[in-house]
Amino acid sequence: MRRRIVTFVMILICFILQSTLLNILSFGGIKPNLLLVLTVSMGLMRGKHTGLWVGFISGLIIDIFFGNLFGFNALLYMYIGYINGNFYKVFYDEDIKIPMFLVAVSDMAYSLIFYLIQFAFRERFDFSAYFIRIILPELLYTVLFTLILYKLFYIINKKLTANELEENDSPWLLK
Amino acid sequence: MKKKKKFRITNRNLLIALTVICIGLIALTATNIISIAPLKNIAATIVLPLQKGVTEAATAVSDAGRSLQSKDSLLERIDELEAENAKLKEQSIIDSENLQELNRLRDLYQTDTSYAQYEKIAATVISKNAGNWYSTFIIDRGSNDGISVDMNVIASGGLVGLVTEVGPDWAAVKSIIDDSSSVSAMTITTADTCIVNGDLRLIDSGKLEFDQMNSEENILPGEMIVTSHISDKYLPGICIGTITDITEDSNHLTKTGYILPAVDFSNIRELLVIKQLKQNPDTVEQTAEQES
Repeated sequence: MRRRIVTFVMILICFILQSTLLNILSFGGIKPNLLLVLTVSMGLMRGKHTGLWVGFISGLIIDIFFGNLFGFNALLYMYIGYINGNFYKVFYDEDIKIPMFLVAVSDMAYSLIFYLIQFAFRERFDFSAYFIRIILPELLYTVLFTLILYKLFYIINKKLTANELEENDSPWLLK
Repeated sequence: MKKKKKFRITNRNLLIALTVICIGLIALTATNIISIAPLKNIAATIVLPLQKGVTEAATAVSDAGRSLQSKDSLLERIDELEAENAKLKEQSIIDSENLQELNRLRDLYQTDTSYAQYEKIAATVISKNAGNWYSTFIIDRGSNDGISVDMNVIASGGLVGLVTEVGPDWAAVKSIIDDSSSVSAMTITTADTCIVNGDLRLIDSGKLEFDQMNSEENILPGEMIVTSHISDKYLPGICIGTITDITEDSNHLTKTGYILPAVDFSNIRELLVIKQLKQNPDTVEQTAEQES
């Protein structure tokens, strides 16, 4: 239960920062996607189940406040969390390169699908312009933020796990 | 092993179930069969106060940063402003004379077209779109303050956008630089109409694009563009910006170009919502009476 509350608060904080403070920290009008970093990190650290839920809730919050298709972001983020959850087994805690790589691929996939459905459908076919000016800068900025955030998420996850082990310190549960 | 396999199947089923729910939600809300307004209002009561707090804190910090500017640059700024003030005072005297004449002429024509006369309410931007693709934001006034959907939003003398959604104490605004936005507009001197579109690709220059200008006249850069009379949502005569480039299309009938907006969209904090809707039955009746 504690883990669920902490995870929900983390989603909330990431969303609030992304819609307020990061507007000031934006670079050429581009800001990083913190909720994507959180979704990928959670999938990687906790597996498919958590990745799926974190992605779904994150996307849903975006849809509630800024979505023009309600459920669109929830669907996309949910699949990002679920797919990244598949890499749970090859998760190496010391290595930041894997989460950085997965965030880069996920952000690219998210942007491409977003472009296809929201822009190409409205006959905005100048893909190279959007790729160079929006998709690539967002990807680089998001990967940069992964460097800081992943470590933070990792520490929070470790604390929660240690806490849970302490609470469940009963011999039959430890087996 | 068996237990683990079962767990995995549950995850897949969950994914399928949520996928169906999401697609259902997209279909049902896009066709307006169900409304998510209650959900939005519940979420807003939790999230908006937090967003407001963070925005205020961030603004305070960036203002504090500005107050650390050097004395020399501030003195220079004061000199500049004093010079500007003198010029403005002079202009204001001329303007007040013109205004009297304008009012007299308005009385003669019995018109009430200037948006300056409409009732407005000040609002502050709480948060901006979480993504990089669209330019929408949320303000701290809602239906409790008399705001409703399709009201026009202005700031520093220019058009900002349109209210798209309203809650009790919040409203969502879609700005005119949003990629999916288009406004029916006209030139101020010749009243030639055109369509002004937001375009994400112009993010660096901060400009707007316009097309379908059907004009015989020779329109030059510097011409002011305002909202047109035929727009169904925007009140007429609100300044959008000035033309920077204009070219004739290959069909030799219409013209296309770019507009520099009057509003600096990268730094919007305070704005005004005009509490007057374009399609107001009262005003329609009034004009019908005047026409007959």
